[in-house]
Amino acid sequence: MHDVNWVALSIFVLLFAFITWLGFAAARWRKGDLDQLHEWGLAGRRFGTLITWFLVGGDLYTAYTFIAVPALAFGAGAVAFFAVPYTIVVYPLLFLVFPRLWHVCNKRGYITAGDFVRGRYGNRWLALAVTVTGIVATMPYIALQLVGLQVVIGGLGVSGTGWVAELPLVIAFLILAAFTYSSGLRAPASIAIVKDLLIYITAFAAVIVIPIQLGGFGKIFAAVPHEKLLLAVPGANTTGAYGAYATLALGSALALLLYPHSLTAIFSASSGRAIRRNAALLPGYSFMLGLLALVGFFALGAGVAKLPEFAAGFKQFGNNFAVPALFLHFFPDWFVGVAFAAIGIGALVPAAIMSIAAANLYTRNIHCEFINRNATPKQEAQLAKWASLIVKAGALVFIIFVPLKFAIYLQLLGGIWIIQTLPALVIGAYTRWLNSWALLVGWAVGTYAGTAMAISQDLKPAFPLKLGDWNLPGYTAFYTLLLNLAIAVVLTLVLNALRAAKPVTDETVAADYHA
Amino acid sequence: MNNETDQRERGERSRWSWWYLLFLIQFIAVLWPPFYNRAEPALLGMPFFYWYQLACVVVAAVMTAIIYVITER
Repeated sequence: MHDVNWVALSIFVLLFAFITWLGFAAARWRKGDLDQLHEWGLAGRRFGTLITWFLVGGDLYTAYTFIAVPALAFGAGAVAFFAVPYTIVVYPLLFLVFPRLWHVCNKRGYITAGDFVRGRYGNRWLALAVTVTGIVATMPYIALQLVGLQVVIGGLGVSGTGWVAELPLVIAFLILAAFTYSSGLRAPASIAIVKDLLIYITAFAAVIVIPIQLGGFGKIFAAVPHEKLLLAVPGANTTGAYGAYATLALGSALALLLYPHSLTAIFSASSGRAIRRNAALLPGYSFMLGLLALVGFFALGAGVAKLPEFAAGFKQFGNNFAVPALFLHFFPDWFVGVAFAAIGIGALVPAAIMSIAAANLYTRNIHCEFINRNATPKQEAQLAKWASLIVKAGALVFIIFVPLKFAIYLQLLGGIWIIQTLPALVIGAYTRWLNSWALLVGWAVGTYAGTAMAISQDLKPAFPLKLGDWNLPGYTAFYTLLLNLAIAVVLTLVLNALRAAKPVTDETVAADYHA
Repeated sequence: MNNETDQRERGERSRWSWWYLLFLIQFIAVLWPPFYNRAEPALLGMPFFYWYQLACVVVAAVMTAIIYVITER
């Protein structure tokens, strides 16, 4: 512990103490009966436009994003900027589809995606597929949030050997587990307000102060190697880096809102109108994310990777250390404390929402569907609280004992898996024409093919698809979604032609889908 | 198709607005890299590739707000 940055650490601990208090106090905010699952797990669906903005923003733009996107810019250059088109095209989807899902879930009392699929198609196995996909895709995502926390704790100079090294992470996680258990979704919602304000302050300070010290954007970009500055222009008969960039952005956008933590935050809004307004307001975070991607270039321009005092950090955390190193280099200690707290708290907000979302899924669509169909509302809420603890403990064990790269690989696969639930959820929000068994087969084939394709590429996101003479590298999740959709449509047509399909028992009606 | 389903389908379709087609502009503007994969003209030293996409965030948000106001009436 010889090189601890005490000033920064004090500020960091102080801010953490504040949000811990806030997390527990949140139980009394917009008070509801926390023995009801929709109160604990969706905060009673009472968040208006502004709180939803903080909550969804704090949820989707995670600590890992703020570390990993600049790290990708630092390491790979222009391709990291796909985060910007990605977070542009996601909002028309939010605007058009998710108010419909919100309305039907509100009217029918659905809490999870599994609840909706079960009600819409009357097929518990399709609901189970959606549920398991959601939980499995979320787990490594929670683990990755801890990576953000680990990196900033390392940046503060806190180190040790053996179990002591993991102690700060374990403490942060116990805090997280305790306030999530007691306050449910109200805790991350209240903490998100603090987190988002800190992140905005940090991002704008970085984008204004650092370029001035480095002598302007012109100098910074002049220091970026030519091949990293722009996308490589594709050669003949290939869509090359262009196709990869566009499908990565589009596929990621299609997948993002299907994650359980996204749906949980969206369903906790108080109206469809609050969601539509947020489609216009949330790009504020996208803009900030774009600015933060540039911070990766600042780190290149400042040459932090070559400074001896950061050698140990880069050795331990790789490119993920670029942003912390840059802050340590350019900012006074007290502001480093603020910036690192922003990232650290930024890890707890999504981790809390993710664990709540996974717990809701387990409780509603596995336990109460397959294990105990007669659970009382109180038992249901209690079960979800315990499940949230188990989910978080699992993520903690994962990050301590499994090498980091596996969490990153699994999170990448998680994107490929979660996108396979799009036909049932997004198309299901408009029509139940697609047969539920056809959807299930499409899901299974898409999941299998996506996993196999990703593994064949050593878990890189792009797959080099060949069509005739053309070479079309693109995001595996996007290609397998097309395959999934094609199978669902063809099988539905076949089943309809054979008149093999039973009539659908759809408990929702058209009026459920809008105000 | 019975009467109830018929009504159901109509009810779902009635929420469509042609203004939503404006969203297509956002998709085309940012998902077609040949539009913006170049360094010039730079803005305050920032290559076109970067400031164009950042500007698109602002334009897209404003367009979404306009679509919201029009369709909410």
